[in-house]
Amino acid sequence: MDKQKISRLLEYLILIFGGILMLIPFLWMLDTALKSGSEAMTIPPVIIPKKLQWMNFVLAWHAAPFLRYFINSVIVTVITTCGQLLTTILAAYAFAKLEFYGKKIVFMICLTTMMVPGEMLIIPNFITLSKFHMINTYYALIIPWLASFFAVFTLRQTFMSIPDEIYYSAKIDGAGDWYFLWHMLVPLAKPTIIALAALEIINSWNSFMWPLIVTNSDKMRTLPVGLSNFTTDAGTQFQLLMAASTIIIIPMLLVYIFLQKYIIAGVSRSGLKG
Amino acid sequence: MMIKKPTLKSTLIGFLYLAPMLLILLVFNIFPILDSFAMSFFTKYNFYTNQIGQIGLGNFKTLFSDPNFWLALKNTLIFVIGVVPISICLSLGIALLLNHIRFLAGFFKTVYFLPFVTSTVAISLVWQWIYNDQYGLLNLFLRHLGIGPINWLNDPKWAMPALIIMTIWKGLGFNIILFLAGLSNIDQRYERVAQIDGANKWQTFRYIIFPLLSPMTFLVTVMSIISGFKVFDEVFVLFGGSPGPGQATLTLVFYLYQKFYTEWQYGLAAASGVVLFFLILIVTVINYLYSRKHIYYV
Repeated sequence: MDKQKISRLLEYLILIFGGILMLIPFLWMLDTALKSGSEAMTIPPVIIPKKLQWMNFVLAWHAAPFLRYFINSVIVTVITTCGQLLTTILAAYAFAKLEFYGKKIVFMICLTTMMVPGEMLIIPNFITLSKFHMINTYYALIIPWLASFFAVFTLRQTFMSIPDEIYYSAKIDGAGDWYFLWHMLVPLAKPTIIALAALEIINSWNSFMWPLIVTNSDKMRTLPVGLSNFTTDAGTQFQLLMAASTIIIIPMLLVYIFLQKYIIAGVSRSGLKG
Repeated sequence: MMIKKPTLKSTLIGFLYLAPMLLILLVFNIFPILDSFAMSFFTKYNFYTNQIGQIGLGNFKTLFSDPNFWLALKNTLIFVIGVVPISICLSLGIALLLNHIRFLAGFFKTVYFLPFVTSTVAISLVWQWIYNDQYGLLNLFLRHLGIGPINWLNDPKWAMPALIIMTIWKGLGFNIILFLAGLSNIDQRYERVAQIDGANKWQTFRYIIFPLLSPMTFLVTVMSIISGFKVFDEVFVLFGGSPGPGQATLTLVFYLYQKFYTEWQYGLAAASGVVLFFLILIVTVINYLYSRKHIYYV
């Protein structure tokens, strides 16, 4: 073998080794989820369970109100994502294509919000929501996330890259701003919009600290908070914990598999503009 | 530009389009920023009646005399120093390899990025199980190497390394994607010219690729530092809602959470939030100044 081939082989070996390290936690999770309680705690460990315990998923699902958590997570994720997209599309259009007094200053003020750590805003937002008696409601879980300036900034870039000539020809055909935005700009900006939607779905589904703070009953908990709560009940029944973890991870895995192209392009773009 | 000069009418239309976003941003971002600065100066504050007893530096005095605050600050810095350099080196290395191959490159990208899309809570639970001192996968593996069982999650000495390892694992894919984006922006002709001039692989990397990639390296570093300052979910789940054994993983945001959520010390919590804000501001400003001076743009 020549030198070129050896180095190529070495490259693949490193990548495969790294890839295995990345996958092991997922495989170990799935493996444990399919073991019996005693198999999970054996030394040396049982790698392949004697009988695949699919029942663990059912047991875990019923050991805590996971159906409720699941529904809550779906409601919060869907409404947050749709709402955020709507506010984002409208605002990005104004910043990209309209001329108005105060545009620059409003843009600059909004820009500063991107620099502020969200953790700092938890306290005043909690107080605001408790004044409106919204703690432990869907409102608290959804409303603060209905706008994201990061998303507006990203979509504005895309809108600006679409030439104004399209607008003029639409104007000649008698189209107004509203029509132009929804029938021409939005379809043209589809990849960016899908990427933003996918990233927001993932964020919203996995969000933990905020739902932890603004919910205090099983009725309102989302999956991550419910799962974290479940750990105290499950104790050392790791096969159930791993089954529950799998249940939470799978929906985002599906989102990732279907929208991977957009998600990776979206993340790449977020780096390039910096 | 479509409409050359703004008019009263176009301003009205513009703000109508902005209104939904602006309303949410004002109520939940812009106003709270000012509010949390103000709150950090309220020493006797009843948030429900909105009565401010006293205004002063009391919260900051209490904060700076609280050994736990300094511990949280120290732990956060150790965490950032532990995570960022290793994560940058590993992700840069993998990105270089991925940039070099065609076959299966997409597959590897998918695999490395996978942890990024998974719930931090769920995956932290998995790591809690991996770190289990008796039945955990890691200790079983180490035993084969003759390394005696490490009590990862209950030994104050090992809690921070455990947190760091997991965080590096989870964040690697994100950094790899950014580095790949940076690499794809570098014109391949530079590399070819260097090779024609007789540069070997290391020289090509050291004198061509690395300098051209420096804006991206800098960006990834800054983003990693900032997200490191904000670590919370991982700590909360890995150590079952506690700040680790002997508070070994008490981080700044965990401190804020404790003061706010378990001790109801709003003023103190707000003050620690202000400290977090300034830490991030410092990093951002350094980033800005440095990138103006030292980064080679193509």
